[in-house]
Amino acid sequence: MAVNTDKNTYTVTFATLMVIIVGSLLAFLASGLRPRIDENERFEKQQNILYAMGVNQNEGEGSVSFIPTNIVEEEFSKYIKQQLVVVGSEAKEKEESYLIDMKKQLNIIKNGDEAELPLFIGEKDGKKYYIIPMYGKGLWDAIWGFISLDENMVVQGVVFDHKGETPGLGANIKLRYFMDDFVGESVLDGNRYAGIAVVKGNNDPLNNDKEDNEVDALAGATITGNGVTAMIKETLKLYKPYLETIRTK
Amino acid sequence: MALLSKKDANLILDPLADNNPITIQVLGICSALAITAELKASVVMAISVLFVLGVGNVVISLLRNIIPSKIRIIVQLIVVATLVIVVDQVLKAFAYELSKTLAVFVGLIITNCIIMGRFEAFALGNGPWKSFLDGIGNALGYGVILIIVGFFRELLGSGTLFGIPVLGDPIAKTGLYATGYENNGFMIIPPAALIVVGIIIWVQRSRNKALIEEA
Repeated sequence: MAVNTDKNTYTVTFATLMVIIVGSLLAFLASGLRPRIDENERFEKQQNILYAMGVNQNEGEGSVSFIPTNIVEEEFSKYIKQQLVVVGSEAKEKEESYLIDMKKQLNIIKNGDEAELPLFIGEKDGKKYYIIPMYGKGLWDAIWGFISLDENMVVQGVVFDHKGETPGLGANIKLRYFMDDFVGESVLDGNRYAGIAVVKGNNDPLNNDKEDNEVDALAGATITGNGVTAMIKETLKLYKPYLETIRTK
Repeated sequence: MALLSKKDANLILDPLADNNPITIQVLGICSALAITAELKASVVMAISVLFVLGVGNVVISLLRNIIPSKIRIIVQLIVVATLVIVVDQVLKAFAYELSKTLAVFVGLIITNCIIMGRFEAFALGNGPWKSFLDGIGNALGYGVILIIVGFFRELLGSGTLFGIPVLGDPIAKTGLYATGYENNGFMIIPPAALIVVGIIIWVQRSRNKALIEEA
């Protein structure tokens, strides 16, 4: 080829063409796959919400097993009795409130406006579960999850996920042995919504004390752990006015 | 390997040992430190890099005569980034679970210096087939080290392999832990990876003195 690749005009033309080609390829791909990706994300949310209220396919100890995607929609409508949005201490029903983006709501609150905070009431074997979405910051990027409480403000289940925590360290917040520790812990300290702290040097590594508002931290993941602590605390602060209305203890 | 000529075979075999990207070329150290706390992550990363480097080297090699030299680094970056994003999007649509496991690695793959290093050093000057072999060879060499480091870090740091306990239960004190053995928490944090890589480099160079650089 007899093109002079050192010429400025050539360089600019090449760069322009490359940007156009790559840009349209990516745009085409992204918009083409969008519906499928959206559906996957919706199923994932349903799986997480159900997981937090103990509807999952966990067997023994070990790995996390969600309800399979092909039946999750059915199970979701079976167990989740009410989808609410909480404004102040008032809760009103709102269809498909599980699709509300918690991050956007937190931004609204940051700007001093009133946000609609989603909350779901699930029922299993006659017992009620109040499931609350959480959103916070880990070491590298966002962390989020769901926590389910009963009327005594005792944790019935949690599920965490993250965008980019370090594999083997912070990423372990989504493993069974970490999430299971929260179950049975009370988020109350007297009348205060203390949340549950992820602490190192815990005197209670087997997690027998369920009133200490503490679970054992993950080695090598201090900042992710602190992020989880802060996330739970902040979330409780937002939902406190409503939680006070359902609390029986 | 009757399929490949001796020269071609060396393109794959050399990076596995005497021209290993991590221990000899000292490329890709950053990701080797970051994700080797567990074996599973090491394997996932090795496979991802294998794919990106194999395909990326071919693309760059095909474009090598028309890439303007002034902006070649940017062009290389765009090729890697595009490849990685395409894979990520396709996985998100068709294999959502897998895509979540890989999400963390996307950024690490784009910035992996082995990829840019091989584009620059090999693919820009060689044909597509040779570049493909070079990409596969280097990715395998990278993967081997990653897996060795991941193996030791997970075994000594957490007492597990692929998440399965192999030394007993550290809390209930069964298996090896009954004898007073403890997991070494230091192995979990990144500096431990540097030490393991250092030991590998030491072993390799003391077995093959030709690899030792003149001081």
